[in-house]
Amino acid sequence: MASITLNNLVKKYGDGFPAVNDISIDIADGEFIILVGPSGCGKSTLLRMIVGLEDITDGELLIDGERVNDKAPRDRNLAMVFQNYALYPHLTVYENIAFPLRLAKGKHSEEQVNKLVTEAAATLELTDHLQRKPANLSGGQRQRVAMGRAIVRQADAFLFDEPLSNLDAKLRGQMRSEISQMQRRLGVTSVYVTHDQTEAMTLGDRVAVLKMGELQQIASPRELYEQPRNLFVAGFIGSPSMNFIPATIENGKLQTVLGDLDVPAEKLAKVEGKKVVLVGVRPEFFEDAKLVEESKLPHGSIFTATLTHTEWLGNEQYGYINFNPDPEMRELLNNLAREMDADELRPQIVVTLDAASRIRGGREAEIWLDTRKLHLFDPESGENLTRDAEAGAALTAEAGQERAEEIATAKEADRVNGHGTPDSGSGTTDNGQGGGKHAAAS
Amino acid sequence: MKNSSRREKIWWAVISVLVLLYALFPVASILATSFKSPSDLTNGSFLPSSGAATISNYEQILVGDAQELFLTSLRNSIGISLIATAIAVVLATLCAYAIARLDFPGKRLVLTTALAVSIFPVISIVTPLFNLWRNIGLYDTWLGLIIPYLSLTLPISIWTLAAFFRQIPWELEQAAQVDGATTWQAFRKAIVPLAAPGVFTTAIIAFFIAWNDFVYGISLTSTEAARPVPAALAFFTGASQFESPTGAISAAAIIVTIPIVLLVLLFQRQIVSGLTSGAVKG
Repeated sequence: MASITLNNLVKKYGDGFPAVNDISIDIADGEFIILVGPSGCGKSTLLRMIVGLEDITDGELLIDGERVNDKAPRDRNLAMVFQNYALYPHLTVYENIAFPLRLAKGKHSEEQVNKLVTEAAATLELTDHLQRKPANLSGGQRQRVAMGRAIVRQADAFLFDEPLSNLDAKLRGQMRSEISQMQRRLGVTSVYVTHDQTEAMTLGDRVAVLKMGELQQIASPRELYEQPRNLFVAGFIGSPSMNFIPATIENGKLQTVLGDLDVPAEKLAKVEGKKVVLVGVRPEFFEDAKLVEESKLPHGSIFTATLTHTEWLGNEQYGYINFNPDPEMRELLNNLAREMDADELRPQIVVTLDAASRIRGGREAEIWLDTRKLHLFDPESGENLTRDAEAGAALTAEAGQERAEEIATAKEADRVNGHGTPDSGSGTTDNGQGGGKHAAAS
Repeated sequence: MKNSSRREKIWWAVISVLVLLYALFPVASILATSFKSPSDLTNGSFLPSSGAATISNYEQILVGDAQELFLTSLRNSIGISLIATAIAVVLATLCAYAIARLDFPGKRLVLTTALAVSIFPVISIVTPLFNLWRNIGLYDTWLGLIIPYLSLTLPISIWTLAAFFRQIPWELEQAAQVDGATTWQAFRKAIVPLAAPGVFTTAIIAFFIAWNDFVYGISLTSTEAARPVPAALAFFTGASQFESPTGAISAAAIIVTIPIVLLVLLFQRQIVSGLTSGAVKG
C-alpha cells in the first residue's frame, strides 16, 4: 500500500497544448480517488502519467515519498484495469491472472502462483472459468478477469481507466459495488477515472473535477455537491444538474425571471458591490408550495410559474420552466453548457416536486424555493461567492474518517469470516515463507 | 428471399468451378505430361496413350542422368528461399512493429520506399547487379541470390505485417508493461503470440516470391553452386540431342510444386483469423 503525491504535474504534447496543467493532488494510503470531467479534460492522461504510460513533461510524481517520474511502468508496482480490459487472448483466464506473477521471475513458486490465482479467482467468482479463453467470456466476466490480474500481485495502488463503461447498466451497478467493497477490504490506494456521475459520487472518498487539464476542485462528493467552488463544478456534479438563473440585486432582493427572491442577509453580504449574479439552484430546492410544511415556509420564497410539462418518476417528479435570459447571459449559459459537453439548449429550469404534487404542465402554479441553500456565482469569474469553505472542509474530513472506519470494519469482518483474499494476511500465515512475504508487502 | 439466396449460391458454385478449372487446368496438363514417355509427347491427347504411362521422367530427374542437375538445384532453391524468408520475416517484423507503434520522423519515407522498391522492375537492375556481383565476388553464390531476394520479399513483408500489427490493440502491450514486463517481454509475450498468424502468412508469401523467382536465378548464377530450380529447368536436356526434355521438365515442375502445397496445408491452421477476438471488448 502506498500514498501517491502529484506535485504540479504538467503534460504537454508536441504542439505545446497542455493536456494536463499544473495538477497537485495528495492521495493518502488507502484512499479512493476519482478523476472526473467531460471528455478531453485530461483525466485519462493524468492516470496514464501516474502509471507511467505517458511521460511527465513537468512536475513531480511521488509514490510513498519516492520520486518515480523516470521509472518504467513495471518498476512502479501499480496495477491498472483498462477500459477495454486488455486481456491476453491467447492465454486462459488462469494464465491471464497469473501473468504478472510469472513475469516476476523467481519470486513465486508454481505452488504459490497456483494459490494466489485460485484465491483471486475465488474473490471474483471466476473459479469455474479458469480454463476458458477470454473470447468465450461475457463482458462482466472479462471485466472481472482484468480485476483479477490487478489484485493478484499486491500492487501498491490500483488504477482504473473507465473500467465499467463497456458494461450494460445493470452489470455496471453490480460491478460498482464489487469494486467498492473490494477496495475497502484490501484497503488499497485507488485512482479511478470516469465520466459517470454515479460512479464518481458513490465510489470516491474524494473526487477531483477536471476541466481542460486543470483541477477545478477536489473534495468529498458531499462537499462537491453542497459547497462547489465554481460554476463548472456546480453544474457538472448532480443530476439533473444545477439551474443557473441570472439575477440583479436591488433593495436587498434578487430580481430574477421567477420574481423577486428574499435571500438571507449573510448571503447578500458576500455579494456586495455586484450588480449581476448567477443564482445556482439545485432542482430539489424547489417544492410545490402546497406541500411544504408550515414551519419551513418562512425559510424560502414563493413564486408563481407555469411549467411547460412534468415527468412523474414514482418517487418524485420533474417539472420544467422555460425562461428567456438577456443575450449576454444567454451567451454565458451556452458557454457553460459547451464546457460540460452538453448541447446548447433553450434555457430552462428543472424543479423537483414531491410525487404527490398535482401541479401539471400548462397551468400556473405556486412553487416554493428554499433560499437558504442558494449559491450565488460571479458571472464573470464563475466563482462561488457564497461558498462556505469551512463547512466544506468539515464534510471532507468526515468522509475521511468514514473511510478509515469502513476499512477497519472490512478488515475485521474479513478476519472473522476468514475470507481468503490475497491480502487478508490471515489466509496466508500458514503458508510459511510465502505468507511472511505477503504480510510484509501489505 | 430463400429462393434468391439459393440462386446466388448456385451462381457462386458455377463461378468457383470455372475459376478452379481455369487455374488448375495447366497444372493438370503438366501432371499428365510428366507421365508421358518422350515418344508419346506428341500424341495429341491430354492423357498419355493407354498403356504408355511411365514414371521414367521422375526416375530420370531423381535417380537418373538429370539427378545431379535437379537435386542440387532443388537443394539450392530450398536453402536460399528459406534463408531469404527467415531474414525478411525477422527484419520485417521488427520494422513493421516500429511503424505500427512508434511515431518517428521518416516513417512514411520507409513505407513509400518499400513500396517503390517492390514496384521497381527486376529486369532493369539485373544487368548492373550482374556486373557488381562479379566484381565483388558474390556472383554464383547463395548470398548473391539471398540479397536480391530480400529486396523482393522485404517490402511486401513490411506492408502486410504493418497492417497486421496495427490491428493488435496497443493496450495489451501497455497492460503487460504495467504488469511488470520490460518492453521486450511485452513484445515477446503479448504481441508475438498474437502476431504469429500474420507472421506465418507473411512468411509463406515471402517464400513463394523467393521460390518462384526466375530472372535473378538465371542471371546471377552460372553453375550448380547456387542455381535454383526455376533456372535449372532451362538446362534440362533430353536423353539425346533429338529428344525434347519436356517430360522431365514437367516432372520437375510437379515436384517443385509439392513444397508449396505442403507449406500451405501445414500452416493453414496458423493462418486462422480472429485469434485476437476476446482481447478487448466486442
